[in-house]
Amino acid sequence: MTGAALPRRPGLRERLARRGLDGTTLLVLPAALAILALFVFPFIEGLVLSFLPKQGGPLANYAKFFGDPYLWKTIPTTLGIAIPATLANIALSVPVALRVRRMKRQRLLTTILVIPITLGTVLVAEGLLNYLGPQGWLNRTLMALHLIDRPVRLVHNYWGVLWSLVIAGFPFTFLLTLSYVSGIDPNLERAAATLGAGPRARFRTVLLPLMASGLAITFCLSFVQAFAVYPSAVLVGAPAGSTRVISIAAFQAAYETYDDSLASSIAMIMAAIQLVIVVLVLAGRSLFYRGPAGGGKG
Amino acid sequence: MAIHSKDFRTLRLDGVQRDFGAFNALKGISLTIARGEFVALLGPSGCGKSTALNCVAGLLPLTGGTISLDDTRIDTLSPEDRGFGMVFQNYALFPHMSVARNVGFGLAMRNEPRAQIAEKVAEALRLVRLEGQADKLPGQLSGGQQQRVAIARAIVVAPPLVMMDEPLSNLDAKLRLEMRAEIRRIHAHLGSATIYVTHDQDEALSLADRIVVMRQGEVRQVGTPEDLYTRPATVDVAEFMGFRNMLPATMAGAGSGTRARVTVDGAACEGTPVGPLAPGAVTLAIRPEDLRPQDDGPLAARVDQVEYRGRAFFGIATTPGGTALHFRAPSRVAPGTALRFGADPDRILIYGGAA
Ligand SMILES: Nc1ncnc2c1ncn2[C@@H]1O[C@H](COP(=O)(O)OP(=O)(O)OP(=O)(O)O)[C@@H](O)[C@H]1O
Ligand SMILES: [Mg+2]
Repeated sequence: MTGAALPRRPGLRERLARRGLDGTTLLVLPAALAILALFVFPFIEGLVLSFLPKQGGPLANYAKFFGDPYLWKTIPTTLGIAIPATLANIALSVPVALRVRRMKRQRLLTTILVIPITLGTVLVAEGLLNYLGPQGWLNRTLMALHLIDRPVRLVHNYWGVLWSLVIAGFPFTFLLTLSYVSGIDPNLERAAATLGAGPRARFRTVLLPLMASGLAITFCLSFVQAFAVYPSAVLVGAPAGSTRVISIAAFQAAYETYDDSLASSIAMIMAAIQLVIVVLVLAGRSLFYRGPAGGGKG
Repeated sequence: MAIHSKDFRTLRLDGVQRDFGAFNALKGISLTIARGEFVALLGPSGCGKSTALNCVAGLLPLTGGTISLDDTRIDTLSPEDRGFGMVFQNYALFPHMSVARNVGFGLAMRNEPRAQIAEKVAEALRLVRLEGQADKLPGQLSGGQQQRVAIARAIVVAPPLVMMDEPLSNLDAKLRLEMRAEIRRIHAHLGSATIYVTHDQDEALSLADRIVVMRQGEVRQVGTPEDLYTRPATVDVAEFMGFRNMLPATMAGAGSGTRARVTVDGAACEGTPVGPLAPGAVTLAIRPEDLRPQDDGPLAARVDQVEYRGRAFFGIATTPGGTALHFRAPSRVAPGTALRFGADPDRILIYGGAA
């Protein structure tokens, strides 16, 4: 042993801080508890319940779902509504966001757009019925003008649900897209312009690649929202036919046939499908540029 | 539509104005630039240099005046139709493209064949000494390397007019000198016109055929580097060109030849008038390197501090009247020493009016 001082063993607080744990980290605890209580616990309970069918082996519910076209066809039906609705929302949001980011009164516009988010799909569906229903304003106006002689069927079908999802989902998609678009340094487009790129080429070569990763996240979030569509599928759709979505199947299992176990299985299938799509999209995202969207210093 | 790389004889700015709300960033700039000319825009921060470049490039609409190429007005054309090269002050490199794709961007927009693009990009990267960096993303480069990618990207399309906004500000002294020579060579090689923005008067003096000194959105003087270095037209310009000594003096009459006699701090001395002078208060402008200790010099002062700047000593002294003098000395002088200072009358410029 030499006389050199041994390095002092750091205190517990210091050792924890080195691993990124300090007082502030404790603030995560309530959120973690809430997630555990509200999400993880019901999920596990549902998962277990789904393997305890009223009759048959543990996988009987799943076998029943995938064996019965009336049930499994809700998957393509739901995807057939949720994916086009999400894509339509993104396709609408991008050009609008590109316009709006240069506007001075952005704050006002975004406030106006947030309102429909708070309305929710039920009010939007009722509004649609008022405007587009058989006795709605549009049909009555067209008939009064003698452009049509009997009401056009605009709701209570596939298009009614798609419309309501686009209307209810647009503000959310738009606000997310706007935040990604605003993060792109305007000098990049100016540089592209001086190098001979017209508006289309600038969009294709600069804006789109820099937005792509953000749009993938936007897609996932909007898709998950649209996938669980229930109210509009019932109110403005054809819940027995073209818009019999998977959440309707789950609802019927739970509250019409009182088969909690089957309902849980359907919920698990929904979760699995959403997870697969989200994972696929996020995996695709790794192909895109994900760094900061600035062009250099400043 | 596109006028990419169209040749021209002269670019003319006529009373170009640009306002930001109530603020006039450019107050009527007029300037004619010939093909092949190298023009430096020199001026203090915030005087409107970048704004002027943006107006010429088409990135900012004018609020007044015109810009024309020969006899064609171009101030309403979009930037992509003007086809001028621009090195942005903050580089504006595309963060998602490799260095090679950044540099090749303009060529790709002009639909040049792939092999030709690769060849030109390699050549441009060699010019800016970035051969080994072609596959990196801009975020993986140092500031000075990014700056050089921006230069390569602007010049690779051989534009008829290249604008550079402080393109060397982030380089070390040695690389800055090398790149200076390279920029001059590229300019000669392209035969293009170059507008070069800088704060650094050495850079402007050594590179430019003509220097435009701007201040507060106005052009204060246009001239050759020699003109500007030896005969700044106004006190403002002189101050910016390195005349650190601005001494209040009084006209005393005509001197020998074209010179004038003035009284400064009670002593008589001769200098060279710039413009017509009226009797009364005048200002003497002297560079620190021209003001030296002289036994019979007109200015008496006490030395405050002296520092070594390689080859010579530069110092500050204070006159009994309280004026600070920036001077050059051949050897170290102890602070507190009382000395007399003087300068060659050709190097003492006299401007009308008080400082
Ligand atoms: N978008 C804008 N809105 C309002 N004012 C602006 C805008 N852009 C520039 N200005 C003002 O115009 C003036 C000139 O700006 P500019 O960027 O041309 O200066 P500069 O000469 O390039 O300065 P530096 O050498 O620091 O780059 C400045 O006072 C600046 O505040
Ligand atoms: Mg600037």
